[in-house]
Amino acid sequence: MTLIATTAKFKDNVHAALTDARLQGALGHARNFTVRRAEAAGRLPEFEALRDSARAIKDHTLAHLDLYLEAYERKVRDSGGEVHYAQDAEEARTIILDLCKSMGAKSVTKGKSMVAEEIGLNHALEAAGIDAVETDLGEYIIQLRGETPSHIIAPAIHVTKEEVEREFRKAHRDLPPDRSLAEPEQLLSEAREVLRAKFLAADVGITGANFLIAETGTSIIVTNEGNGDLTQILPRAHIVIASLEKVTPTLEDAAQLLRVLSRSATGQDASVYATLSTGPRRPDDPDGPSAYHVVILDNGRSSMLGGEFEDMLRCIRCGACMNHCPVYQAVGGHAYGWVYPGPMGAVLTPSLIGVAEGGQLPNASTFCGRCEEVCPVRIPLPKMMRHWREREFERRLSPAPLRYGLGFWAFFASRPALYRLSTDLSARAMHLIGRGKGRFSWAPFAGGWTRYRDLAAPQGATFQSQWRGRSGAVR
Amino acid sequence: MNSREAVLANIRRSLGVRGDEAPRNFEVETRLAQAPAGVVPKRGQGDASARLAIFKAEAERAQASIAEVAAWTDAPAEVARFLRENNCPATLRMGADARLDAMPWSETSLEILHGASDGRDLNAVSAAFAGIAETGTLALVSGADNPTTLNFLSDNHIVVLSRDAILADYESAFAKLREAYGKGGAPRTLNLITGPSRSADIEQTLLLGAHGPRRLHIVIVG
Repeated sequence: MTLIATTAKFKDNVHAALTDARLQGALGHARNFTVRRAEAAGRLPEFEALRDSARAIKDHTLAHLDLYLEAYERKVRDSGGEVHYAQDAEEARTIILDLCKSMGAKSVTKGKSMVAEEIGLNHALEAAGIDAVETDLGEYIIQLRGETPSHIIAPAIHVTKEEVEREFRKAHRDLPPDRSLAEPEQLLSEAREVLRAKFLAADVGITGANFLIAETGTSIIVTNEGNGDLTQILPRAHIVIASLEKVTPTLEDAAQLLRVLSRSATGQDASVYATLSTGPRRPDDPDGPSAYHVVILDNGRSSMLGGEFEDMLRCIRCGACMNHCPVYQAVGGHAYGWVYPGPMGAVLTPSLIGVAEGGQLPNASTFCGRCEEVCPVRIPLPKMMRHWREREFERRLSPAPLRYGLGFWAFFASRPALYRLSTDLSARAMHLIGRGKGRFSWAPFAGGWTRYRDLAAPQGATFQSQWRGRSGAVR
Repeated sequence: MNSREAVLANIRRSLGVRGDEAPRNFEVETRLAQAPAGVVPKRGQGDASARLAIFKAEAERAQASIAEVAAWTDAPAEVARFLRENNCPATLRMGADARLDAMPWSETSLEILHGASDGRDLNAVSAAFAGIAETGTLALVSGADNPTTLNFLSDNHIVVLSRDAILADYESAFAKLREAYGKGGAPRTLNLITGPSRSADIEQTLLLGAHGPRRLHIVIVG
């Protein structure tokens, strides 16, 4: 079973998040990202041109995806690796479990991978009796807490250091109970020590991939901690799990994408480690894995090609859209209820798990447009959220009051004379009723608004009639 | 139909193509063969001394430390000084790189160990394949000369980089890679390293030394 989505309960999730004072405090840390991204973009005069270039590379690749996948696959085989295709999450889990079992694996280390989250890999490994350890510090923390990531590049951004300390004391029982863990440095060095032993003991290392290079059959991971590297060089086997749109034509194309990825994600000019892995260890290599497997996941993506959501497949998972989203900043990632949060999640989730389950997410937008402004591959996220809203409405999945309300409004809006007359009359009536205070603290059908703030009373005439009075005519 | 065929067939159905169209195949083959460069930042460009200056500035921005020595034979003394000043033990692991091997390590009091790391080494030295001025990045390739484990398991990683190997940008490093491994070829691992390991996963506090080296010291020769 894949991660159970609570996306359909989005409204309840949001309410809980907004009233969680601890979460609200932790979310304040996310704002650093926006400042750093702006600084990094400002330092590079070619940044906007690189965004155009990145977008063009992704569009070109998607239009030729079948051919680049075939070319990539050939090169992986040439270098001694194996490629496996998975149509859905279950097939991907089965492939990875079978590989682990065939190698007699008892323990697995994992680099950070959103696709592994998408297919619910950890549960499957644990259920098969294989010890799976997340090694990215943030992923390790949320694994101990039994949670999912709340951000695609900062998975534990919702957790305070006091909570990390509590979790470490619970999990690392063999360490002295009177040790000090008050400072982030102490927490980090404890995690480093505990995980170092896991790295050295693991039978199989599983990582994601930021890019799969067709030219050379190479998988690329981008990290700051170095955990992904220890995951993939120390065990006997390295398994890469990646979705099919990660394929990228050449090393030069990867360089274009890397330049916008790090700056958009963490505001670094370059992430500390960009590692290119090609096949298993060579005959004279003293280290590296003896086996190299790549699992390419579709899970609904091939059906997005050629349609109105194809642009979403350009996404390089930098997280800039969520860092800049006022809704994400207010509610955090868990409220979105599945793997991918924020604007990219609001568009991708209904594509992958269906509009019936994920259709509420595209409503979590103020349409301020900041996500599209900062997206390194210029995905028109607001437009795509509007597409989903239209689909939700067409399929009668929106709540009844919304559907009837819109129908009621449309009746008037499509009859301009009647619209003007009725708005004119109601504006005058509300002006008369509300003129004492100049505002309403309650109004029929507007409880959702007036529960939190007053509704200003109209000044007496509608905009249209005032405009007529001013200019003499409406064109 | 197996999964591979099913996925490829669904991609082709969505794109409205068959897969054997000559123009599409030609376009893909051409791009793979020519690997056109896109937008290359001006920042890293310039003559050797300009590239050196940019490399140093960018690497230091990423919290690497840098020393310059005149010749390969001067490198051991600098490595010994760095370890001593940081109160590190006088041991050092390295691979079989001929440039490192030819250095006069016996003139220092360092105990030299050879081969891949098993995780118990505090200090390691590698020779870089290239430096990339644009972002102060080191390019290291795997193999017996410079085992990849040294890049990640040591606490203090020292990298010796020839001044001539400081290139302007990623594209230049990839061109050098093709010269060494052939077009379409690659080492098992190419590490592009910019500064020491770090994490900001606890309350967005940036800390050095997450899982990889806590210190990255670059010795530029020439």
